Amino acid sequence: MHGLINRAIQCFVRDTYGAELWLDVTRQARLDGQGFEAMLYYDDALTERVLNRVGALLAKEREALLEDIGIYLVSHPNVEALRRLLRFGGVSFVEFLHSLDDLPDRARLAVSDLELPRLELHECPSNCFRLFCQSPYVGYGHVMLGVLRTMADDYGALVFLDIHSRAPGDDVIEITVIEMAFAEGRSFDLGAGVG
Amino acid sequence: MSHDRDLAQILDVLSPMHVMLDAAGRICHAGPTLRKLRPDTVLEDCDFLDVFETMRPRLIDSMQALVAHHGVKLHLQFRDAPQTALKGVLVPWDGGAVINLSFGISVLDSVRDYALTSSDFAATDLTIEMLYLIEAKSAAMEASRQLNLRLQGAMIAAEEQAFTDTLTGLKNRRAMDHVLARHISMGEAFALMHLDLDFFKAVNDTMGHAAGDHVLQQVARIMVDVTRKDDTVARVGGDEFVLILTGLTDRTMLSAIAARLIARLEKPIPFDGQTCRISASIGSVLSVDYQVPNAEQFLIDADEALYASKRRGRAQHSFHRDAD
Repeated sequence: MHGLINRAIQCFVRDTYGAELWLDVTRQARLDGQGFEAMLYYDDALTERVLNRVGALLAKEREALLEDIGIYLVSHPNVEALRRLLRFGGVSFVEFLHSLDDLPDRARLAVSDLELPRLELHECPSNCFRLFCQSPYVGYGHVMLGVLRTMADDYGALVFLDIHSRAPGDDVIEITVIEMAFAEGRSFDLGAGVG
Repeated sequence: MSHDRDLAQILDVLSPMHVMLDAAGRICHAGPTLRKLRPDTVLEDCDFLDVFETMRPRLIDSMQALVAHHGVKLHLQFRDAPQTALKGVLVPWDGGAVINLSFGISVLDSVRDYALTSSDFAATDLTIEMLYLIEAKSAAMEASRQLNLRLQGAMIAAEEQAFTDTLTGLKNRRAMDHVLARHISMGEAFALMHLDLDFFKAVNDTMGHAAGDHVLQQVARIMVDVTRKDDTVARVGGDEFVLILTGLTDRTMLSAIAARLIARLEKPIPFDGQTCRISASIGSVLSVDYQVPNAEQFLIDADEALYASKRRGRAQHSFHRDAD
């Protein structure tokens, strides 16, 4: 698994529950040194061990944990860059949803060996959408659920989300957009990122 | 005239940074994004060349000269601050001209300076994608840079360790080889001393390894004290040391240093209520004595001189070649 994904898990644990808990995870998962490097590659089994240890230490179901990671990724100030990159996808939440089809390609433009799940958005009548999320790794759907939940808030949209799994690594997220401009949302300044 | 209005409406969507000029070079319409760059100026009514200066081609001072450059890339900038640089291309139209403008490489600053948003760019414009890429690449680059810094730190620590004798903190054999090779390749003059402790084995055998280790640490400290910062002190064997003294070519001075070293080393070293007594034999070579410097030869000759000292009854210093 790519270091960026592993690092995301590490930052989530560290920023949410503290460095001490992360050290416990590294010890129990037999991870060398301080943790993951964003630009290196790691064995999938190691990621699995880390997630299991985090789940056990926090007494959290795998799915809830992954959704929390998704929420963290687009809301915590330490990983603001990611939220900004997603906001480049569109000026409204619906436009953002449509940009998700391109997300894996966008990610690859920046980091050529980063493999994200395949995302496909289907538009249904009356402001409903279906996001198909396919990946060799089980659980990406729940991370996406957390990301979508938070990005809806970010855009100030009111949405209902529901997830069901068709097969391991093959999830469908049902999105109902109740109101596009429900709340103020967070600002996004195009030029604020670099420098 | 309604024809012109239609075109203006089309261009507002397709090229929100265009200007339409009349035959006299006066701006008769400006696209919405361009108007946003100068909110306090009514661009319509201004002379295009009063608002913009052409940087390349230079010295365009009339509408006629401007139109003559139709179809080629124009480099322009605002005459008033912020003097944002713009690229443009002119197409003659209806006796006047349409000029489409874009930010070019100044886009990043412009987005910031003018607080532009996605809706200020045409839907087909790749600027947003480019801004995305700049940010994504900068973030990836920063992650790589952090990794490189950590790797560099680890490398320096590993190298330091690989060249250090852990007991005494002196350089080790490998480091000494490097220093010697460097001196030779730089053509620097130096003296090389091969020093072997006398009676050290007795300390080790009768008082134990802890005493021996303590003595070696004290010896190391003395040798560092007696030499200068630029000199190299290396532990090359159990109780063998090599000192490389940079820039030293004088036998008298070298003999004085050797005598001082031996005198200091002979001072009793207390350990655990007991006293350790050692001395040292030294053999020296001077790089200036050699036509063709050769590291291996220096070490062999210094070793030979060292054994001459031992044969002379220890606690002695000998040169490999005596002065002519």
